Amino acid sequence: MTLTAPPRSDTAPVVVPPTRRRRFRTAPRTLVSTIDLQRHRRLYFTVLGLTLLVFTLVFLFPLYWMVASAVKAPAEYARSSPTLIPESFHPDTFATAWTNMRIAKYFTNTLFYAFGGWLVSLLVDVGVAYALSKLKPIFGRVVLGGMLASLMLPATALLVPAYLAVVDVPLVHVNLLNTPWALWLPAAANAFNVYVLKRFFDQIPDDLLDAAAIDGAGRLRQLWSIVLPLSRPVLGVVSIFIVVALWKDFLWPLLVLPDPDAQTLSVALSRLANTSQVPPTEFMAGLAIASLPMILVFLVFQRSIIGGLSAGATKG
Amino acid sequence: MVSRFRRKAGDTLLAYGFMAAGLACFALFSWYPLVKGVILSFQQDNFVVPPYWVGLDNYRALFDDPLFWTAWRNTLVFTALALVLGFALPFVIAVLLNEFRHFSGYFRVLVYLPVMLPPIVSVLLWRYFYDPGNGLFNAALRSVGLPESQWTQSSATAMISLVLVSTWANLGGATLMYLAALQNIPGDLYEAAELDGASLWQRIRHVTLPQMRFIMLVLLLLQIIATMQVFIEPYALTGTSNPDTITVLVLVYRYAFTVNNDFGLAAAMSVLLFVVLGAFSALYLRLTRNSSS
Repeated sequence: MTLTAPPRSDTAPVVVPPTRRRRFRTAPRTLVSTIDLQRHRRLYFTVLGLTLLVFTLVFLFPLYWMVASAVKAPAEYARSSPTLIPESFHPDTFATAWTNMRIAKYFTNTLFYAFGGWLVSLLVDVGVAYALSKLKPIFGRVVLGGMLASLMLPATALLVPAYLAVVDVPLVHVNLLNTPWALWLPAAANAFNVYVLKRFFDQIPDDLLDAAAIDGAGRLRQLWSIVLPLSRPVLGVVSIFIVVALWKDFLWPLLVLPDPDAQTLSVALSRLANTSQVPPTEFMAGLAIASLPMILVFLVFQRSIIGGLSAGATKG
Repeated sequence: MVSRFRRKAGDTLLAYGFMAAGLACFALFSWYPLVKGVILSFQQDNFVVPPYWVGLDNYRALFDDPLFWTAWRNTLVFTALALVLGFALPFVIAVLLNEFRHFSGYFRVLVYLPVMLPPIVSVLLWRYFYDPGNGLFNAALRSVGLPESQWTQSSATAMISLVLVSTWANLGGATLMYLAALQNIPGDLYEAAELDGASLWQRIRHVTLPQMRFIMLVLLLLQIIATMQVFIEPYALTGTSNPDTITVLVLVYRYAFTVNNDFGLAAAMSVLLFVVLGAFSALYLRLTRNSSS
């Protein structure tokens, strides 16, 4: 049995005297020293084992239950003492949910909103960040301040007036209700993304852009050929934030997408939960389908996601 | 000199071109709603007749509505309970996980997994768990011979049921942030404390806690701000008209979109929520601003 986790790259290895059984990898000094942990290895492994058990039960088991319930036959699911391991196996429930609950429709809606919103947000926020960082316009600081001030506003406190702005956009008087723009435009007004991008652009030396300017590159060309290729890491992180936020959002799409045909998966699921036509097993399949993309995103990009959180915590 | 000035002017013009879309988005969804919200709270607006001024009538109507007080009390109870669980738990978990020399990657993924789920999925999933009939929780209680609970369907346990889902779904974020902060504590401090004969508890008390004070304060404020805006849990678990769990945001939703269709009333409620949360936000920004400069 190997008990090794991927080494933490951010820590220098500490020399630990070689032990007979090399089960403890080198780790930085924490509350309890590695040597002490080795000395009380029985206690350590008991606590570790218990924690593994409890945490897997608390955090993973509900997801297992969701999938296991989905593949049970409806009769088996309805039993008053649920079966831990499904006795019947009906993976076709997922296909039924996909068509009967029109999950296919809501799934494509949500995908379209998430990736359209990603494109719009990135275009808008990169434009703002580049202008503020590299073109340094007159009143640029005022603009940045105004945008950052919006971080202080709890989004939900603006719900009602923002809704009214969607129903009747001031000056142009169009109604964005049930259109993707009702999700995309508010998503683009994200001061956090602008700030993160600007901070990154600030670190790109102006000399690089000046050199390109001498070679005849305009401001747009400088953005496209120099700033953006250098900013791939931050663009990746911001992209994940945007897509995840759009996929998880609930209250705002609930308000601005009243038409069932335009709804996101989250809103449609909550609507279907209150109708009795959907059997629970199918509904569980629906929940699983709605979670799958986010779980995949997490497993693929966990380094960036966890790293982003950690950076926020340690920079303070 | 002249050319530099012209270049500056040209850049400014170009910059506002680059920012045009962004300025429009922020104007439409941050700045305009802020002003409009305050104006609206002094107006009567129900989409039927054009809005007209009513002075403080909306606020008076709010204070006369018994649901208004219920909603605030419920929100405070939710926030308090969520703090008891959701504030202490991630810290304890992080301190524990930080000691493990094995499976640290697995633990991290595990605690953060629920945070990645769409919130409505977590809540609807737990709705099945809470089912008093064949729900997972009562089945588990039955199988070990404990008394069953009505969970969300009884006024005694409804609120704590909401807090439980909310904590499960959200504690991963704070846990990972604490873990990152714990790893920044210099190991020498523990080393020195140990040499001085400090016990495990004393090391937590005199090394870990003081080193974590700042991040704990920041996360405390963030959590207060987030939990006071609770909506999905009561919306999907107990409905928007259950007086046991109606919260401030649920009441805003009712005023504007389901029961009253009264946008002025909803705006007045939002302004009050804004004032309360704004105070916490300002404190949070002050704290983080000071530390980064």
